[in-house]
Amino acid sequence: MGKGRRLSLESIVIALFIVIGAAFTVLTLSASWLLSPKAPSPEKITMYECGVEPVGGPWVRFRAGYYVYALLYVIFDIEVVFLYPWAVTFGRPGIGWFVFIEMIIFIAILAGGLAYAWKEGALRWR
Amino acid sequence: MNGLLRIAVGVVAVVVVVMLNTVFVMWLERKFLGHLQSRRGPMRTGYHGLLQPFADALKMLGKEDLVPAAADRALFLVAPLIAFSPAVLIHVAMPWTEWFAKTASEIGLLMLFAVAALSPVGVVVAGWASHNKYSLIGGIRAAAQQVSYEVPLLLSVVGVVMLARSMRLTDVVGAQGVAWNIVWQPLGFLIFFIGMLAELNRVPFDLPEAESELVSGFNTEYSSMRFALFFLAEYMNVFTWSLVGALVFLGGWMGPVLPGVVWLALKTYALVLLIIWVRGTVPRVRVDQLLAVSWKVLLPASLLGAMITAVGVVFGPIVLVPLQFAGVLTLGWVIARLGNDAGEAARAVVRL
Repeated sequence: MGKGRRLSLESIVIALFIVIGAAFTVLTLSASWLLSPKAPSPEKITMYECGVEPVGGPWVRFRAGYYVYALLYVIFDIEVVFLYPWAVTFGRPGIGWFVFIEMIIFIAILAGGLAYAWKEGALRWR
Repeated sequence: MNGLLRIAVGVVAVVVVVMLNTVFVMWLERKFLGHLQSRRGPMRTGYHGLLQPFADALKMLGKEDLVPAAADRALFLVAPLIAFSPAVLIHVAMPWTEWFAKTASEIGLLMLFAVAALSPVGVVVAGWASHNKYSLIGGIRAAAQQVSYEVPLLLSVVGVVMLARSMRLTDVVGAQGVAWNIVWQPLGFLIFFIGMLAELNRVPFDLPEAESELVSGFNTEYSSMRFALFFLAEYMNVFTWSLVGALVFLGGWMGPVLPGVVWLALKTYALVLLIIWVRGTVPRVRVDQLLAVSWKVLLPASLLGAMITAVGVVFGPIVLVPLQFAGVLTLGWVIARLGNDAGEAARAVVRL
């Protein structure tokens, strides 16, 4: 069995999982569509606000404080993507201190970035 | 063609087994939570209420599927599917694909996290499309939480990958012959468990739902089967992540005397019960606390844990285990202190 064949087998399995997951949702949703009553009224389909008349709309500007976390997330998520292949090969014989120190430097740079963001107050909730 | 049929049957079997376990986890949650609160939980449907989830599902099927007039209709309808599909798809990375497809994902762990990262997208879309203030706040919180906890979660498993020298889950379990990874990686396990609770939106990190402040958070406007899909996805993920925890940190199917499947089930359900136990005992954290714990405590701790493991791989377990346990003690101390500070602050408010 070659590499290509294994890969295609794997994609068949992935595709089947997607198809079966989708089939389940379609099946249950159509069963519910067949069985359930359909009698919407204006009160039923207004937005829920604990029973009182809704005041204003929800699609307004919301707290932007979250964006810093999103930025940090992108940086560190990419770091992890680099860490995984490194972790797979690290324990193998013949790979020694050089690789270890390289990764320490890589992580130190990113940790420095985190420390800087922390010091500048990016992680403070205001 | 015969092979294809075999794979199809295998996938259906996996999905059915996962569904049955999900239903069992739903029942277990209500039962165990009931007993934690000196109640008996569901009793009337079947033996000790075992058929309760099926009764709930039947009830859900017959409910009206309401779409709010002001909602973004297309997104509102599709959001439960976005949340549910990854919960099924995630099992593609599990070791049993080897039984029926003779292939196990070589990037198993990475695949797992990649698929898991899709689930919260459904929650965010649901929160936005509902055109409801509670839903929107719930959705935004889900995004922030997801973004913050995925990094420590991913980093907590790097040490395991280092020890197994592979991302394939079969190899990860195989590498735990001498002792389970929880012995080599206690710090990793602690971070993994906390990150898992956040990833699952479970107490104490159930901020996207937060029923006491946001009604029902992102799924406030959902009813009928569409709500059920969110519900099902949540419990399916509880089962899946417990399973991952059992495979990665508790030695998977390894154990004496009993067959492997029994050991795997025992370990998985031990983690499920732990998750429910946490729900029964711990109060919900605030958003700022949630983000602070992730970025200021868990992220540095998980980076440190990975480095400790790297040193341990070079010097051997005599160095690795004490360093890891020292890490656990430090992390535990920091979290306890944070909790104490939060408690003090709350008491100060009450005194005012």
